[in-house]
Amino acid sequence: MNTDTNAAGGIFQGFVRSVVPVLLALVVSGLIMLAIGSSPTDFFAGVWKYGLTGNNWQRSLALMSPLLIVAVGLIVAFRGQLWNLGYNGQYLLGAVVASGLGPILFGVMPTALATIVVFIVAVLAGAVWSLIPAILKAHYGTNEIITSLVMSFIAVGVVNLLIKGVFKDPKVTTPQTQVISDDNLLPFIPGTQIHIGFVIAILLAVVAQFVLTRTSFGLRVDIFGASPKAARHVGLNSTWMVILLFAISSGLIAFAGSIDILGQFSYQRADWSPRYGDAVMPLVFLARFRPVAAIPFVGFYAVLATGGTLAAQQAGLNVDFLLVIVGLILLSMTITEYIGDRRRLGQSYLSPGLRSSLLRPFRNGSQRMSV
Amino acid sequence: MSDMLSAAFITVFIATVISQAMPLMLAAVGETIGEQAGILNLGIEGVMLVGAYAGFVATLISGSFWIGMLAGALGGVAANLAMLVLNVSLGLNQIVIGLAVTLIGEGITTVLYLQNYSKSPASLGQQPKLLIPGLGDIPVVGPAVFQQSGIFWILILLILGLAFVLARTTWGLSTRSAGQKPSSLDAAGGSVIRTRSIAVVVNGMLVGLGGAYLSLLTTATFSPFLTNGLGFIAIVITMLSRGRILVVMITSLVYGLTVAIGPALQLIGFTVPADIIKMLPFIIVILMLIIFARSSVVPPALGTTYIRGAR
Repeated sequence: MNTDTNAAGGIFQGFVRSVVPVLLALVVSGLIMLAIGSSPTDFFAGVWKYGLTGNNWQRSLALMSPLLIVAVGLIVAFRGQLWNLGYNGQYLLGAVVASGLGPILFGVMPTALATIVVFIVAVLAGAVWSLIPAILKAHYGTNEIITSLVMSFIAVGVVNLLIKGVFKDPKVTTPQTQVISDDNLLPFIPGTQIHIGFVIAILLAVVAQFVLTRTSFGLRVDIFGASPKAARHVGLNSTWMVILLFAISSGLIAFAGSIDILGQFSYQRADWSPRYGDAVMPLVFLARFRPVAAIPFVGFYAVLATGGTLAAQQAGLNVDFLLVIVGLILLSMTITEYIGDRRRLGQSYLSPGLRSSLLRPFRNGSQRMSV
Repeated sequence: MSDMLSAAFITVFIATVISQAMPLMLAAVGETIGEQAGILNLGIEGVMLVGAYAGFVATLISGSFWIGMLAGALGGVAANLAMLVLNVSLGLNQIVIGLAVTLIGEGITTVLYLQNYSKSPASLGQQPKLLIPGLGDIPVVGPAVFQQSGIFWILILLILGLAFVLARTTWGLSTRSAGQKPSSLDAAGGSVIRTRSIAVVVNGMLVGLGGAYLSLLTTATFSPFLTNGLGFIAIVITMLSRGRILVVMITSLVYGLTVAIGPALQLIGFTVPADIIKMLPFIIVILMLIIFARSSVVPPALGTTYIRGAR
């Protein structure tokens, strides 16, 4: 079961099982490109060129910052077998706090203080937004996949209303927020064009890894994830656990949105959604819910996304082709899993709880004592 | 407001409710068949888009809405093949496959549409209406309900037929037992794999038809991310309807009502921001989930892979 205690062979097999799905997905996506009349060589050469060469690697690293924070947010919830899929809305809520509240706060208080206030409000906004799915899950066992998704669609609408309403920059005709001036944005790491959000994200991943694997809180999350019933027996309050994990997860994803605005974009347009969570979700499975293990996967995707935007245009594609690649990674992951199970390679990505959360979407068995 | 205006207004309103409700109804009925057989298809957002795009392209090329609908159904079945092979046959995780299908469906239809039609966005125009003699002459309601295209009537018959088949025939019983207790279906000599495979194909067909109805008749064009979460609303409606297709139909009409309210308010002089109109169905869905969360049940074997002999 546990690769940590196994010999190096186990780690190697685990590695194979994590990398093969990505390679398989890239090969299949190349074939799809051929089928629709685009050149895969142009695309992948473009990804290399615009994602890594020259100064482009710095843009890729800057993109890692929100992606990695979203990944950590997802891992916290997924470890507790809570499938928070409302990430797109949660991210946008955090972003709109930064892009809407930011310009106001920067006018009245020092930059450092305003930045911290923005971060706190963003995290709170995300956490509060997750309350409805969390409470429904905790009390009635309502499937959180559906509720968090629906809340995400509502969040997208709220954010658009805010950008077209109170937060709109009156000086421009297109609905967008005021551009935050450069000296109020997050500073760069000295000597680079990478904002310090990258450092924050890496630190966050390391801290999360420590908390989730080396502290009693992490153990409690794992027990809760493995079996809410067992968690009850050892005295864990499952209602509180669901609400807390959802709040941390959603708060972190909102934090990613705010850091992305203050570090990279400096303003926000209506109807804009980078959908980082969709891309990160499969990577989180591949990293087997370990924040530090997610770093290389997120790095890979950051290069793919940074280079892919221009490369897709050159290859006669649209940037949404990345969604296809991500979907293919998910599919090839399950296939590799299937073959892996047959050959007993490494460890499983998918936990039994994912299945049991489906079994009782509306009734939470854990809430009742077993008969 | 004069009587003439309000009568015409109500006619348009009812027609909008129906045209908005139909895609959702088809998708939710398809999802109901899937869920009754134990398949929670989270990919229907993507399947709908594939159906919508396939229907759009086929109608543009052939000039026939009927061929478009057929292409939508086939596109939906094709998009569901991943679920059929990977989940039903090989027993791999439904949630992951469903999400993958959604992402791939969204990505591929957007890429193909922008590649082929972005320079000259095409509209399909109106499908000729079929006037039901007598009923179509009823004032106000007649033109709204009984002047639909022939496609509408075929689909309504299809849905009612499925409702009957699911509740009253052996096939329906097998399908429901595949979701309730697959082992008893197996013990009774039925094949769980075959029953679920048929359910997935029917699910793909109806969801694809829903997508095609959306692009051909509701909006008369395709645009990237056309469904905008409709697939997920269909899943919620399915869960709240407990497998009763008539309830699915009524709930879908309620959805159509919420969508039609926006333009209707605009007609009588209120301007409602488009974002609120888009949000309204989701707000109603979350309210329904909050109110009815306690009373909903889903088939016990939903989401589980059937392995003979396993406990």
